[in-house]
Amino acid sequence: MAQVEEQLAGAVDRVMTEGGVYDKELAALAVKQAGGDLVEAIFLLRAYRTTLPRLAVTEPVDTARMRIARRISATYKDLPGGQVLGPTYDYTHRLLDFALLAEGEHPGPEPVVTEPQICPQVSAILEKLELMVTESDDGQTPADVTMAPVTYPCDRSARLQQLVRGDEGFLLALGYSTQRGYGRNHPFAGEIRSGEVTLELVPEELGFAIEIGDIELTECQMINGFVGGKQQKPAFTRGYGLTFGFGERKAMSMALVDRALQAPDYDEQVAGPAQDEEFVLAHADNVEASGFVSHLKLPHYVDFQAELELLRKMRREYEQEHGPEAGQAEEQA
Amino acid sequence: MMNTHTRSTDNQGYNYAYLDEQTKRMIRRALLKAVAIPGYQVPFGGREMPMPYGWGTGGVQLTAAVIGRDDILKVIDQGADDTTNAVSIRSFFQQVAGVNTTEVTTEATLIQTRHRIPETALQAGQILVYQVPIPEPLRFIEPRETETRKMHALEEYGIMHVKLYEDIARYGHIATAYAYPVRVNDRYIMDPSPIPKFDNPKMDMMPALQLFGAGREKRIYAIPPYTRVTSLDFEDHPFEVQQWDEPCDICGATDSFLDEVVTDDQGSRVFICSDTDYCRQQLEKQA
Repeated sequence: MAQVEEQLAGAVDRVMTEGGVYDKELAALAVKQAGGDLVEAIFLLRAYRTTLPRLAVTEPVDTARMRIARRISATYKDLPGGQVLGPTYDYTHRLLDFALLAEGEHPGPEPVVTEPQICPQVSAILEKLELMVTESDDGQTPADVTMAPVTYPCDRSARLQQLVRGDEGFLLALGYSTQRGYGRNHPFAGEIRSGEVTLELVPEELGFAIEIGDIELTECQMINGFVGGKQQKPAFTRGYGLTFGFGERKAMSMALVDRALQAPDYDEQVAGPAQDEEFVLAHADNVEASGFVSHLKLPHYVDFQAELELLRKMRREYEQEHGPEAGQAEEQA
Repeated sequence: MMNTHTRSTDNQGYNYAYLDEQTKRMIRRALLKAVAIPGYQVPFGGREMPMPYGWGTGGVQLTAAVIGRDDILKVIDQGADDTTNAVSIRSFFQQVAGVNTTEVTTEATLIQTRHRIPETALQAGQILVYQVPIPEPLRFIEPRETETRKMHALEEYGIMHVKLYEDIARYGHIATAYAYPVRVNDRYIMDPSPIPKFDNPKMDMMPALQLFGAGREKRIYAIPPYTRVTSLDFEDHPFEVQQWDEPCDICGATDSFLDEVVTDDQGSRVFICSDTDYCRQQLEKQA
């Protein structure tokens, strides 16, 4: 199990994120049990998650205080805290290394040993300069899509929760579609950071926060096309993505889709599928989607019989009107 | 040179410059067509490359198709030779084509670029290869290829001017700061790739050959040397380029495109040349 956890870390992180549980060992178990079928593994983990009692709610994590393993910005060449490349496949040439076939070594990115550091967030710098739309905690209790059914239009917290649990491939395709003109939103990868954050909890009997552990997160803050103009001071808008572990592709896709779904907030025309909230959110969950697609394998004898009976009746009526040969000639044409 | 070539290809088990010769021929034929019809997007059978789509696969395929052992290659990204993707692509061609490389614009025979045109004027005989993400200038007005091809064929470009006009009505400016559309040889509207509009005037009547490769979208286009390239504008809103209030913090240049460098989390910042070779040249002149 430890081998799955280490050597298939990408699979484990994806299963934790879409499965909605931060537990590397359980996610590794799910990957192993599912034989590497990640959607199946996510399903296994979700079905376990739902049986767990909710003991407490942690304080919001502060990603600005993340201990950075990787941190890059595509908008500034250099910035406070610097560009920290960390573990990544970026800039590697995708040439099969046949030597590994014989040696059987783990081909993942070299683990980079750097002293974890804390550095300011690009979005906070832009907010301070008033160049970016400010977003802050409104203090309201966030929605919980695992406990209450979703209604549309839904608020940002419900939307982000669904996107985090949403299928990576689906969000990737939707994010990509916005880049190709179906709901364009001028994205720049303002900042992507991965590393550890500390979880804190306020036990009622103590009344102050205590640290209960660390988790790995990947966060993407996308800087998007500006709003405003003659009537309103122009500022960049933003899209947000977050995953457990190292889920950079997912975090970026999520940020693109999050911004696309803000179209109505900025009076933008809803022109692409990625901007259609109900379409995106109602179809993003791969446990729901694979369940319903695969249910077509269940017996449908009765429904099919009913349809068959109707079809035959309509064919009889057609033949009475046009003669028995009429249909066949058309079929051949 | 021969030794370098043999050694590098033997090590890799790949053909000279990675692509097989049939693929190179296919790309060269598309290039000939592209040069013959300036600004026209020629579809080509783009191949998978050992770097991801969107990271310069179009440019890399063009470079691989035209590079030879006598070439001297320069690769820049954001104007700089030392950015990670530029370093990666340069080392790729050192490895698979065994070519000499340079950071000096005037020494290079072949320059692959992403998002910039060098500040130093290019000369006849040089080739500039652009990496292009979205080759279709009308894409963000009309997402469907079937429609945009018709619009190009009929030279039906009114919609582009309407878009620019709407910008002026809404923001008071044409709100396109990069990938600013141009008209090539008074015929095709072309996407210059996401270079800042600061670089657009350099394309006009350039003595060097300009080639554009879009790998994911499988399109090639070109501007032959000494071709008229105009940036779209209106008589009462003429095209203009970016300007800065301060000079480069390193070399003091006032005529180059400057990048902003944030120096603390309080918003302090300085500006430096995006073209690292140009910046070095200016410093050497002062020394």
